[in-house]
Amino acid sequence: MTTITPDIIKDHGLTPDEYERIKSHMGREPNLLELGIFSVMWSEHCSYKSSRRHLAKLPTKAAHVICGPGENAGVIDIGDGPDGVKLAAIFKMESHNHPSFIEPYQGAATGVGGIMRDVFTMGARPVANMNALRFGAIDHPKTRHLLSGVVAGIGGYGNCMGVPTVGGETNFDAGYNGNILVNAMCVGLAEQHRIFYSAAKGAGNPVVYVGAKTGRDGIHGATMASAEFDDASEEKRPTVQVGDPFTEKLLLEACLELMGEDAIIAIQDMGAAGLTSSSVEMAAKGGGGFDMDLDKVPQRETGMTAYEMMLSESQERMLMVIKPEAEAKAKAIFDKWGLDFAVIGHTTDTGRLVIRHLGDIQADMPVPPLADDAPNYDRPYTELAKPEPLADPRVTIQEALITLTAEKSAEEMGTLAEALIDEKLSGMASVEAAGWSATHGKAELYVRLDANAGADAIADLTKAAENLAETGMVAEASADLNTQEVSLADQPGGDTMLVALANLLGTPDLCSRSWIWSQYDHTVMGDTVVPPGGNAAVVRVHDTTKALAISTDVTPRYCKAAPHEGGKQAVAETWRNLCAAGAEPLAITNCLNFGNPQRPEIMAQFVGCIEGMAEACEALSYPVISGNVSLYNETNGQAIPPTPAIGGVGLIEHVQHTARNDTANAGDTLVALGITRGWLGQSLYMRDLFGIEDGAPPAVDLKAERETGEFIRKIIQDGLPTAVTDVSDGGLLVAAAEMAMGAGLGLMLTTPVKERRAAYWFGEDQGRYLVSVPTDAADNLILKASMAGIQATKLGMFGGEDIVLDDEEMIGLIDLVDIHQGTLPALMTPNKETAPMPMAQEDIKSMILEALPDAEVEIEDLAGDGDHYKARIISAAFNGKSRVAQHQLVYKALKGKMGGELHALALETVAKQ
Amino acid sequence: MKARVHITLRPSILDPQGNAIEGALTGLGFEGVSGVRQGKVIELELTETDEAAARSKVEDMCKKLLANPVMENYEIELVG
Amino acid sequence: MKSCVIVFPASNCDRDAAVALEQATGQKPDMVWHGETSLPDTDFILLPGGFSYGDYLRSGAMAGRSPIMQDVVKKAEDGVPVLGICNGFQVLTETGLLPGALMRNAGLEFICGMQTLQVANTQSRFTRGLSDRAFVDFPVAHHDGNYTADQETLNRLEGENLVAFRYVTNPNGSSRNIAGILNEKGNVLGLMPHPERVISPLLGGEDGTAFFATALKEFG
Repeated sequence: MTTITPDIIKDHGLTPDEYERIKSHMGREPNLLELGIFSVMWSEHCSYKSSRRHLAKLPTKAAHVICGPGENAGVIDIGDGPDGVKLAAIFKMESHNHPSFIEPYQGAATGVGGIMRDVFTMGARPVANMNALRFGAIDHPKTRHLLSGVVAGIGGYGNCMGVPTVGGETNFDAGYNGNILVNAMCVGLAEQHRIFYSAAKGAGNPVVYVGAKTGRDGIHGATMASAEFDDASEEKRPTVQVGDPFTEKLLLEACLELMGEDAIIAIQDMGAAGLTSSSVEMAAKGGGGFDMDLDKVPQRETGMTAYEMMLSESQERMLMVIKPEAEAKAKAIFDKWGLDFAVIGHTTDTGRLVIRHLGDIQADMPVPPLADDAPNYDRPYTELAKPEPLADPRVTIQEALITLTAEKSAEEMGTLAEALIDEKLSGMASVEAAGWSATHGKAELYVRLDANAGADAIADLTKAAENLAETGMVAEASADLNTQEVSLADQPGGDTMLVALANLLGTPDLCSRSWIWSQYDHTVMGDTVVPPGGNAAVVRVHDTTKALAISTDVTPRYCKAAPHEGGKQAVAETWRNLCAAGAEPLAITNCLNFGNPQRPEIMAQFVGCIEGMAEACEALSYPVISGNVSLYNETNGQAIPPTPAIGGVGLIEHVQHTARNDTANAGDTLVALGITRGWLGQSLYMRDLFGIEDGAPPAVDLKAERETGEFIRKIIQDGLPTAVTDVSDGGLLVAAAEMAMGAGLGLMLTTPVKERRAAYWFGEDQGRYLVSVPTDAADNLILKASMAGIQATKLGMFGGEDIVLDDEEMIGLIDLVDIHQGTLPALMTPNKETAPMPMAQEDIKSMILEALPDAEVEIEDLAGDGDHYKARIISAAFNGKSRVAQHQLVYKALKGKMGGELHALALETVAKQ
Repeated sequence: MKARVHITLRPSILDPQGNAIEGALTGLGFEGVSGVRQGKVIELELTETDEAAARSKVEDMCKKLLANPVMENYEIELVG
Repeated sequence: MKSCVIVFPASNCDRDAAVALEQATGQKPDMVWHGETSLPDTDFILLPGGFSYGDYLRSGAMAGRSPIMQDVVKKAEDGVPVLGICNGFQVLTETGLLPGALMRNAGLEFICGMQTLQVANTQSRFTRGLSDRAFVDFPVAHHDGNYTADQETLNRLEGENLVAFRYVTNPNGSSRNIAGILNEKGNVLGLMPHPERVISPLLGGEDGTAFFATALKEFG
């Protein structure tokens, strides 16, 4: 027999104190198996030993909560279903961070598999999967591999299960370079009289193992998930489990079939720490003991020891305690589905866990200390300094105006200006941007210089202009310099507002996620009302008029700057997203991802976020019903940003009262609800355009949040708005642009303030929404809002094909859509660009006809160079589609045949009636 | 020189595909089948003519790309 | 009209298909387990989408050899209409009821999204109800939807007007943009897109309603 040495204790992640405690519970030295069982039960993952006392601060009760934290998943009442049967929504979110970093496909896949098992263990059919993903910087060498593996893994498992993945969020931040976060959420539906729990009450009942066979997968996964990473961790690879969604699909159907019979006393998923945690938790909750014979466990490999079987994390397995008389019936169901079914022991009233193997008792230990007397640490935490609000940063911009004069036509002058830019200016390091305009006899070049560009740069410019004059091609050339200091609250440095918008929509954090969610089956089950890409996802409750809205959110940069405000904001943002869909927010689940809790500054982040969450949950009557804590997300002492991911679920009583963000109509007025002060601290505008990450995050006024949310829900039920969105990352202008792109409509905007215009459009003040309403109803909306004490401001009107701001600047909607949708695919497959190819008019026509055989096509060569065409296409394929969707259909059909430069083809599309 | 790389799951790793195939074979009436494991074969043409050098090159390819050391083993066969 | 849906292990669009059939016929279809050896009395057989046997080995391969398929093949030869959607289409090619094969998508990734399809054959009993609309919008959701066959077969399919639907914007590399094909007798249709997912304006469209209503009426 193995002697327990200090090294063995340390390898099991236990401290000497904890070992002493184990000895006193055992009344003797434990053997290796017993030590292994204690180590997983007392790991951070299973025991919450650093977090328990703080999690207790979260509100968990409300009239509609049927079951709060502590079971496989939480349960809420969602009212009556068909024939008056009472329905429940069951949901939970869980992390699979470490495994996904080591093997992204299998790590993410088994994370999804595990969370679905948590939900169907309780008697629910999973109806929607969501996720919250964080990756390192997009240009970090590992990010692309991890992102594509995780996305494929989530899809690979969920798609096969036939459960739609309806949404989620994905962020990129260098703080996750060494520790990505993969948080998966699952929502299921059950009838209230058929909810199953894990308390194995009663002695002498059979303990049944069902599902896949046990192998040596993931042994010590639970202790791995509770250990910090170092560079040697990749060597820990043998602990990776392989997911088998096919077996899990059969397990789901078999379990739900058995749940329709009167057979199950208790049931628990074998997740992390497999047979150990499932048997201990079931016995502890039932107040009894388990006596199990491991020789009866279905095994995939030969020669497995008791230690390996008890600690294996093989997937797709369940442990049940059933009524003795139901054994034959239960076995027949599992046989039908081709799954293992084995009675491996029975319940006892001894309060002890007895493990037999090869004829001997291998472990005999008290159950209560394993489950309930795990250490409960009060880890020290520091007082964090409160950040000051960000003072509006000022930047210096330097612009030069080069004037060329010559007795030449406007076109010739333009050619000269272009040549000067291409051949000289674009090669100068200090030149940030250049543009030109030309009239007869005169060309003007606008050159923006680096703020640090000195006299040398100006001299270079002047010289370039003078050189041109010396050639005699222009009569005179001059360069004037203009230096000014601007506030970033007034304008986006030297850019215009819409250029800044386009730049933001092309950043990794704000660009379209369609590359990700087009790899998830989001329409299977035929109940997806709002697919990914909207505010909250909405799925219909099958056979009823109800629907559930689901949203996952957190803003880690806010949490890092001010944990308490960040915790509040994460809860409030899900609440706001649900309200924007027209749903009544009911409850949340969470996944609390932090660094090493033994460091006081990390513990301070954890405590701050939890207390902020608790405050928001209280104020919004929005309890926590399930969740998961993932600590030690650190590599080489570098902790992740604090990331308390929140998953909120709300109820829409009548599915036709679902609001979307992409349904504005031409002629609708855009109205902002809530107060905009232009809060720039921690905004994406500051971080992504100017590299400024200072200042306090925006505060959440929970009272205003609640009032505005309730108002939004009311007007949605009254059918007033045609489209609704909440306002979050990127501020009002980004939210407005997303509504416009979604609807495929342009938008004419007017800035309602004279000062701090950029702060108005890009600030991230909380508690705000944008709605579109038919113009004749706009005043009514504003009146209603003011009566409810909510500030409402008209911002513009939908229509046309461009976004126009203050009649001063404009950008084509299709260009914005291209930037928004093209960013992620380009980042993921950087070398796919094909060179543009000049094409003959007839070839373009025949390619269009191949895709759209009914089309009437007219092609015009705009420049006479065989390179710039305009096509007018009339086809029935355009019926019912927005102009943007029509153009995309044509561009996509020609893609790969015409090369990258599709914009050389100007389109006019007409629906055929 | 031609190389053939046989990639198989390490024995301790679950092979869902192999399990499902085994079940289907039994369902079709093939009795006495067990231990079904599915793998991959990758064929490569190499300009290298020295056998030892070729083997070490392919070995390197296996480690870096062709096999996933997390869960796969590989065997290299040099043919002609 | 009596219809049935075949349920394979890990079929996952069986319920969706049943909802669409019930909407079109007013009658719940029979759900037939793959392990059965004979079909109930039926006027319409639907092989649903999903991941039968996890899509392991080859998509549709093991389902194509399950006990019930012998009777499905026999009924198809007798002229009973058979509709295979997505995984069902893969099963039909594996059993030889339809020619060709569905390979991994050219982009290698699973794809899910709405596709505009050209109704390429407006004469078949499955599709002539759609002849007033040249195009329909059905969503796709598959990993192995890249339709492949030898040139002779492709020429024959086109020559005999057996291509039922074509993608306007080919999402998966399918030869000649093929999204769905018919057998010579016109009683077997396989298609990768999912008409059963667009049977309500709430779910993003009603082109599927039109497809099922007219096809089932033709065969009813």
